[in-house]
Order: sequence, then C-alpha cells, then structure tokens
Amino acid sequence: MLRIDNISKTFNPGTVNEKAALTNLSLDLKDGDFATIVGSNGAGKSTLFNAIAGTFIVDEGNIYLDGEDITFKKEHKRSRVIGHLFQDPLKGTAPNMTIEENMALAYLRASRSSERLFSRISSKDKARFREQLSLLGMGLEDRMKQPVGLLSGGQRQALTLLMATFVTPKLLLLDEHTAALDPATAEKVLDLTKSIVKERGITCLMVTHNMHQALEVGNRTLMMNAGRIVFDTAGEERSKLSVADLLEKFKIGAGEELDNDRVLLS
Amino acid sequence: MSSIFTISIFQSALELGCIYALVALALFISFTILNIADLTTDGCFTLGCAVGAMVTLAGHPFLALFAAMLSGALAGFVTAFLQTRLGVESILAGIIVNTGLYTINIAVMGFSSIANLFGCDTVFSLGKDTIGKSFIGDWYKVVIVALIVALVAAILHWFLGTTLGMSIRATGDNAEMVKSSSINPTFTITVGLCLANSLTGLSGSLIAQYQKSADINIGTGMVTIALASLIIGQTLIGNKGSILRRILGTILGSVLYRFIVAVALRLSVPAEALKLVSAIIVAVAIATPYVRKKLALKKREFANYRGKNVGGGAGNA
Repeated sequence: MLRIDNISKTFNPGTVNEKAALTNLSLDLKDGDFATIVGSNGAGKSTLFNAIAGTFIVDEGNIYLDGEDITFKKEHKRSRVIGHLFQDPLKGTAPNMTIEENMALAYLRASRSSERLFSRISSKDKARFREQLSLLGMGLEDRMKQPVGLLSGGQRQALTLLMATFVTPKLLLLDEHTAALDPATAEKVLDLTKSIVKERGITCLMVTHNMHQALEVGNRTLMMNAGRIVFDTAGEERSKLSVADLLEKFKIGAGEELDNDRVLLS
Repeated sequence: MSSIFTISIFQSALELGCIYALVALALFISFTILNIADLTTDGCFTLGCAVGAMVTLAGHPFLALFAAMLSGALAGFVTAFLQTRLGVESILAGIIVNTGLYTINIAVMGFSSIANLFGCDTVFSLGKDTIGKSFIGDWYKVVIVALIVALVAAILHWFLGTTLGMSIRATGDNAEMVKSSSINPTFTITVGLCLANSLTGLSGSLIAQYQKSADINIGTGMVTIALASLIIGQTLIGNKGSILRRILGTILGSVLYRFIVAVALRLSVPAEALKLVSAIIVAVAIATPYVRKKLALKKREFANYRGKNVGGGAGNA
C-alpha cells in the first residue's frame, strides 16, 4: 500500500540550523495495516508524516502509494487519498464556516473537481452529513448551521476525523491527534478512530506518546530516533512485548535511552 | 441643521454609495474573505474607469461595463499569478501591478490623462429613456445603480455558497485545511482576486459614465476609501453573521461613508481633506480592538497595583 524508499530530508542545509530530519528512511505498509509510531523528541515523526502528505518534497528517495509514485505530487492532490490529522484540533477545520460547509468541503474529495464547482449544498448532502455526524454521538447533527469555531477542541477533532474519513482515504495519518484533548475526550476520539479504521479497513499510521497505546492500538509498532526507524515489530512478537521491553528495544536500536519529555509509560 | 440634510445629499450619497459599494465588495472578497491585502485596487479602479470610458465613447455603454469587468479580472489575475506562481509577497504583488497599471491606463485613454464623455450615451442616459423620468423624477440614477448592486450582491451571495465559493472562503479561513481537503489554494486565490478586481473594474466603469469623464488619478486612495466603507459596515452589522448579512452590511457601509462625505462637503470641509479623513477612519477602526485590549490590561494592572497599596503590603508574599 505505502512504500517509502530511502527518503531523506535536511532542513536549512548549509546553515548553522542544518537539521537532518529524515535519513535514509524506508518503510513498507501493507493494505489495512494500522501502525503506531513512538519516538524521542525531534525523531522526525511529524516530518515523516509531512513528507508523506506532501507538505514538502523529500531531498532523496521515493514514496509510492498504492503502486503510484507520489514523490513529486502536490499536497492538495495527495490529500484526495491521504487523510492527515494534527495534534492541534484547530488545524483541520475552517472556524468561521459552518459545520455543514466544512463537511461539504471535505466531501469535495469524492468528486472530480470541476463537476461540482458550482453546486450548492443540497438537501441530500445535508441528510448525509447529518447521518455521519450522528455517529459521533456529540449532538453535532443538530448544530450544522453553527460555525465550527464554537465547538470544543474535542468536538473539532472528532469532526476533523469524520471529514478526513468521510470519503474513505487510502492512507490515514494521525499525528498525536488526541494529545491536546482532555483524557475523557481523548479516549472517545481514539475509540472513534479505532472503529472507523477497522470498519473501513483503512491503512493507518498513528504517532502517539503513550507507550501502552503504541502496543495496544493497531497491529504494528514503529520506533523512531534521529530520522530513522530503529525498531519495527508486529504480530506475535509485538503481542508479547511490555512497555519495559519496548524501551529496551529502543535502547538497542537507537544506542541511547528514549528521550521524550511527554512520554507516558503507565 | 436641517439644511445640511437635504434630499439631494441623500440622493447623491445613495448613487455614489452604491457605485463605490462594488469596490467595498471587492475588498470584502479579497481582504475579509481571502485575508489578502490586495493593493491592485487603486490602479484597477482607474483601469475600469479608462476602459469603461473608451468603450462608452465608442458607443457601447453596456458593453463598457463588461469590458471593464474583464479588464479588472485580468489585473487581478496578474496579481494572483505573481503571488501564487512566482512567489512575490501578496502586498508587493499588488503594488507592482498597481504601478504597472498607470502606464496601461494612460495608454488605454490614448496617452491622455483625461477622457471626456460629454454627449455620449451612458447607461444612465439610456436608463433614463427606458425607465421614463415621469414618476421617479431625478431618482432614476439611484434606481439604476441600486439594481446593479442588488444584482451583484445576489450573484455574490449565490456564488459564495457554491463549492467553489466555499473553497475560496476556506482558503482565507484556514489555508492548511484547504490543502488537506484536496483544494488547490493557487486556484482559489486566483479566482477570488479575479472576481474581486472585476467588481472594482465595474465600479470604475460606472463612475466614468456617472461623471461623464475619466482621469488617470481617479483611483488614488480607493483602497483606503473602500476599506473605510467595509469597516463602517462591519462595525454596524458585525463581521460574524451570515454571508448575506455581511454583503448587505458592506453596501450599507459604503452608502453611509458617502453620506458622511456629502455632509462634510456641505459643511465646507475642503474636498482635499477627505482622503486624510478616510485614512484616519481606517486607522482608528483597525486599531480600536487592539488598543481596547491594551487599555483593559493597563486598567487591571493599575487596579492590581492600587489594591496592593491599600492592603498595606499584603501582596508581598
């Protein structure tokens, strides 16, 4: 499904701020894989996601999605098949537009651009949006005419998740998408994520700083350090691992302790 | 005081207010919705005026409106092209195009700085013949411009509710979200600026026909004046309501601005002073929320300081 072949990215090359964010990183994700990623501060987790989503073009290497070489494909074109959620719940929605308008924009992914340019939100669209929103169980289906800016962070993130998966993406990138939410809401959004991903069989990558989540959610765990994947586990080996084992594996792979000031061990 | 507010003041404020409302609507699209300070406006207004005047002189006053819109859209396209494809800072892109337009405008007017339309058919003279002067008297101009503005407002309202219109709104609201919704911001910015500047061009063309002349400096300061109208409208209506409400607020702001100007002129404020007044209105209106916040903070700081002194140093801990 997703094949990353030896990609590298250096920011501010030739300056004192030079930072090799990704170094010869390779990764293969199978169709329906749900991999979690943990790693130290500045390991390149978000950079990896941005490289896949097309926020920047990698310096070296190639990225293939579903057999297609997307290395030089523009961000807005990739977003047709790649969903990307950020830690900041404000990033994924337009605050001054209503819930139904935001959903209509997300629904654009379903159509070839030109045919819907001058269509307005139809009652059929509204019914569809309402049905989808009711799945969240947050009462948003009765607030479709309200601007998104009035929603709480958790509600906005849930809406963003819904929008990203409204038209089933080939790949879903979750960049600590529950980290900025309060524990109860975070759990709700995570449950929602798990059920949507499972139900539709979406291939998914999720960054987390919760070590338990890294082992429990999905079917594969990746650990990153200094722009590389230092540990990759799945299947039976993964199911036997404890958090302590995971930290030990990191130490072996990275040659240093996991240094993440936000990591949750319990 | 009653002598200041004559019927003719209302009338001319309505006429000019409606015509200039189109520029205010242009800035509503570029400044409020797209969040881009589009400085093409001044030159683009003159361009619309020049193109409108020349086509009117050729005997096609209605075609003049569309020609001016097209020329405006073209100017907007160049600005958009500079900032989206060539990496020019958006403000600078506007300034560059604005400067270049001076030469274009003069060329359009046959390398003369003034074009005269006296004796030509205009949309107003033709409209007067069609509507008939009998029962609305001198108000036929108001009827014509109000119809045009109403039409533009209706189309704009419809357009901003379409998928493309919503994409343009989202581009100004959250650019990151737009990219991840498979919308190309280059495209939405281009369409938005073309649309905005076509309205500016239309306004210029109407002014040329309204005052039966065009001159090369007519657009100077237009962006500030339109911003003043926009801000007056926002202050009255608020900038959070529905799109239709905000469109109507912008038009109202423009009419009100013209009314203020008309009254000022009536009170023999020299016409030259008006641009300074507009500049002050815009500066004050934009600065007010910021200053208000600062003042509130100072007030709290002062109250806190006094509270500690009254408490006899209890705040030391």
